[in-house]
Amino acid sequence: MLKARVIPCLDVKDGRTVKGVNFVDLVDAGDPVEQARIYDAQGADELCFLDITASHENRDTLFDAVKRTAEQCFMPLTVGGGVRTVDDIRRLLIAGADKVSINTAAVHRPEFVAEAARKFGSQCIVVAIDAKATGPDGFEIFTHGGRRGTGIDAIAWAERMAGNGAGEILLTSMDRDGTGAGFDIALTRRIADAVKVPVIASGGVGTLDHLVAGVREGGATGVLAASIFHFGTHTIAEAKAHMAQAGVAVRP
Amino acid sequence: MTVAIVDYGSGNLRSAAKAFERAAADAPGRPRVEVTADAAALTRARHIVLPGVGAFVDCMTGLSRLPGMVEALRERAEAGVPLLGICVGMQLMATTGEEHGVHAGLGWVPGRVVPIPSAGGELRIPHMGWNEVEPCREHPVLAGIASGTHAYFVHSYTMVPDDPGDVLAVTDYGGRISAVIGRDNVLGTQFHPEKSQRVGLALISRFLAWRP
Repeated sequence: MLKARVIPCLDVKDGRTVKGVNFVDLVDAGDPVEQARIYDAQGADELCFLDITASHENRDTLFDAVKRTAEQCFMPLTVGGGVRTVDDIRRLLIAGADKVSINTAAVHRPEFVAEAARKFGSQCIVVAIDAKATGPDGFEIFTHGGRRGTGIDAIAWAERMAGNGAGEILLTSMDRDGTGAGFDIALTRRIADAVKVPVIASGGVGTLDHLVAGVREGGATGVLAASIFHFGTHTIAEAKAHMAQAGVAVRP
Repeated sequence: MTVAIVDYGSGNLRSAAKAFERAAADAPGRPRVEVTADAAALTRARHIVLPGVGAFVDCMTGLSRLPGMVEALRERAEAGVPLLGICVGMQLMATTGEEHGVHAGLGWVPGRVVPIPSAGGELRIPHMGWNEVEPCREHPVLAGIASGTHAYFVHSYTMVPDDPGDVLAVTDYGGRISAVIGRDNVLGTQFHPEKSQRVGLALISRFLAWRP
């Protein structure tokens, strides 16, 4: 059977990781390639790079990091952040990314997702959705790292993006991101029930039980986390062992 | 002698090339990995790889646009050169593909490429992630793939060979679907060996050592 995926995410700025695992045997803790190799060795099912480079001129640093990672890690790599044009996607895929995630650009122009899926195939087009609760049962899409509201309903948006050809939804709760309080399970469940494509839950993981809840209660196909892996709180292997013990099927 | 990876504009060949380079460094004769769009390059290849991502018809169109490539591939396949198709590259070996209409494939392994039966809408499509490979026939390239070995899949369509004997391994996604197909010197994996970490690299190594 298909296994739930555990996906560590690295924030990359100007080609360097912003937060990184502090292992003593690391030659260069800020090198995303070194971090990727650690996660690879620990049994991560995929890797995710989120580029937060502010200036467009420094974008080449990202392509270089992707290229070097793809040369050494033979596992799926998703790259997101600042993906705005078909040419951005093409360059990332050529550098070695397997999937690209589109966020703000999809909100600005939803047809961009359809164009990208037609051009490169749905299998490599991920739509990243940043959502915040707006009421007991309402969720709204935010852009610009959660600072800008759009008035768009998150569930309707996820359905529309899947309809436009997104092969996967990467769902982040902006209420939970960085809190360590766990995924927003209600949000995850609503989106997972609304679309037929895989849904990756993100934002808020503080304990290994949160990973279990994301799959079991949230219905997510995969779980993404940054801090608990970055800071060495848990290894990927520990996360998987915990999930397996809780009855979630994972790749050993 | 070389390992030729056919470049017909389908997605990213970099990771495939790197994985084959890694495996080729330890392969007999240390063959050079050549990513090529030139049909003539196939004549010096000891192994040929046909990758593919995206839609069946787009891949078939891309392949057909390369002058002489389809003919060269057919000629090499008939000459007994080991040939590996990956994902849609495997699906192209079928007689027809039924994604966005019915389209002719290369026809090397008689069969059809059809949507993954979605079990009454229960399944998420694409089938994306790590799933278990269950070998159902012996094959030198699959030696060492124990039942339950995980590989990385990402696809919405599945190949159904006319002769069940052409299915070398299956995976379970709402039922048994083809994971590896093969006939004579032609082999195809629905999963991505270049993305399947050491399991995938080991399969690539065995492919490069294969002399059918």
